Amino acid sequence: MQPGPGSADPGPAEEENIFMSTLTNKPPGSGTGHLRRKARPASPTPEKLLEERHSGPQRRRHLFSRLDYKYSPYLYISPFFILFGLVGLFPLVYTFVVSINDWDLLGGAGDWVGLENYAAELSSPLFWNSLFNTFSIFLLSAIPQLVIATFIAAMLDQNLRAKTFWRMSVLVPYVVTPVAVTLIFSNAFDEKYGLINNLLQLVNLDPVAWKTSVFPSHLAIAAMVNWRWTGYNALILLAAMQAVPRELHESAAIDGAGMLRRFFSITLPGIRPTMIFVIITATIGGLQIFTEPKLFNASSSVPGGPDRQYQTTVLYLWDLAFNRGDFGRASAVAWMLFLIIILIGVANFLLSGKIASSGEKRAGRRPMRRGRNASRPGMTGKPAGGQDMTETRRRDHG
Amino acid sequence: MANPPLAAAPPRPRRKRPRSFTTERRPGFLVYGILLAFFLGSTYPLWYSLVIGSSDPGVFASAWPPLLPGGQFWHNVAEVFNTVDFWAALGNSLVVSSVITLSVVSFSTLAGYAFAKLRFRGREGLLVFVIATLAVPTQLGIIPLFMMMKEFGWTGSLGAIMIPTLVTAFGVFFMRQYLVDNIPDELIEAARVDGASMIGTFWHVGVPAARPAMAILSLFTFMTAWTDYLWPMLVAPQNPTLQVALSQLQSARYVDYTIVMAGALMATIPLLVLFVVAGRQLVSGIMAGAVKG
Repeated sequence: MQPGPGSADPGPAEEENIFMSTLTNKPPGSGTGHLRRKARPASPTPEKLLEERHSGPQRRRHLFSRLDYKYSPYLYISPFFILFGLVGLFPLVYTFVVSINDWDLLGGAGDWVGLENYAAELSSPLFWNSLFNTFSIFLLSAIPQLVIATFIAAMLDQNLRAKTFWRMSVLVPYVVTPVAVTLIFSNAFDEKYGLINNLLQLVNLDPVAWKTSVFPSHLAIAAMVNWRWTGYNALILLAAMQAVPRELHESAAIDGAGMLRRFFSITLPGIRPTMIFVIITATIGGLQIFTEPKLFNASSSVPGGPDRQYQTTVLYLWDLAFNRGDFGRASAVAWMLFLIIILIGVANFLLSGKIASSGEKRAGRRPMRRGRNASRPGMTGKPAGGQDMTETRRRDHG
Repeated sequence: MANPPLAAAPPRPRRKRPRSFTTERRPGFLVYGILLAFFLGSTYPLWYSLVIGSSDPGVFASAWPPLLPGGQFWHNVAEVFNTVDFWAALGNSLVVSSVITLSVVSFSTLAGYAFAKLRFRGREGLLVFVIATLAVPTQLGIIPLFMMMKEFGWTGSLGAIMIPTLVTAFGVFFMRQYLVDNIPDELIEAARVDGASMIGTFWHVGVPAARPAMAILSLFTFMTAWTDYLWPMLVAPQNPTLQVALSQLQSARYVDYTIVMAGALMATIPLLVLFVVAGRQLVSGIMAGAVKG
């Protein structure tokens, strides 16, 4: 609708004039600079409004407050959307463009090759190897982590003395950075001198080739992930457990249900949406694991082990792009991994949508009793959307 | 919220959940024992890094793993200083993490406030977009990002390290969720009736209400920026952050693990300090949903 910048339309100039005059008429008060900026996109409306209304300082103030009211929100959200578009979404989309070209680190854009890079990767054993390693490490870390975190959360959910101390105690590993974690564990898992093999030999077991065989290396890397994240996830699950109404536990206890029974029949169903959330974040993070396999074995010249025993997909991508300079194929790998993550995310979303709606039914029955610090953003989109609707409706009256 | 809007909604008081003594007995020693074991497991690797980091390389020859720190810690620390420019790396990490935190928190508060409390066309749609992008692995865009940085000639600069994480969808969503519940609409209406501009209302009503959430978001954004490794390693290896410098300790031709361990411990100290100072906030932040993979 708006005249383009190239067209010789007098519109913009006129509009500018209107603004200048109104601005000078208006008693200064609330930063004229930002008002003007905000009012800019309103190009057609001010003229119309000015025609409709009799001009006068009162009216003009009204106009500005209206424009301010109408367009400020866009100004507030625009930094996020612009920056996110430039550095978040654009590179992702452009990855696809690179992936359908024969693109080189040094030579730059080459010929258009269509889906050849994808075909090449799909028939490359190295790609499949990296996917296998990624999923293997992911499962080895996600499953024990979730089980132990749930268990620890149940322990923390008791009526403990020195609650805060215990809660903080499980979070210590979280402040050790992945690089430091990897260096420490890499030393402990050293095949010759490492702590773990030393201990194994003390009890007359054979040392394990942690850095050169497939499954043990996956186990070692999963151990690092587990060590850093289990306590963190336990706290998230603890928060969910605390939101489960106590009366349920009490009436079940009166009916004679034991602790285990209550845990499986009340606690676990109650924290299911949060579980799903933890699983989603663990998946998104776990499938992009890089630091741990990259730094696990410094003496291997191939990233991810001498025979790529634990070369994950992001590590493979990095190797392809920045060691071998094949941007085209590396981008194809990035896009396929992207699609895998999105697919898993969508599957999870559908699943959690179902669970959230059944959870809402449950929530409807019990009174609002959570207090404000229990409103957990990031759990599911559903309750947020619900609130939003009432929000909008209420504002409509104003 | 389900209840009808109150005339002047006071901040909702924290309601403690009623505890009944039949099910809320103090737990027995078993529970404390399990938690203690978990705690020891959580801290042992740090202790181990101290033990190794304070020993001389001969420590690896002994059959029994050492249990107590040796006397070589300062020697190893000096070796770390000789191998990498520790202070420069520390400074780089501080600058990068602080700028990222400032940017993420400001822009998230601004956008989160708009999504939570202002009416505008397309709000629902744009918010759905933000939520959808929460799950988008933007890390996978590193190849074009790297090409961009190279094109602009920014590789090797701290700016290039910061750029990809100056805003996060998570931050916007987090602030929005907090502000929806924690600013009464009446307060905003009142400011508007009194003739405050939108930005004035944001500054005088929105920001004060947002402060607790801003603190939590700062903490987690700082941590995330501090721990990042892949992108800083890729785009500015000649201007390393602490994590990159730490990894360079290990890539020396001859790896002396006692020095590497001393370095790992040194690099952990700043965050341990942060943990001591703000551990409570970290815990409550995680429990309030400041969750990020």
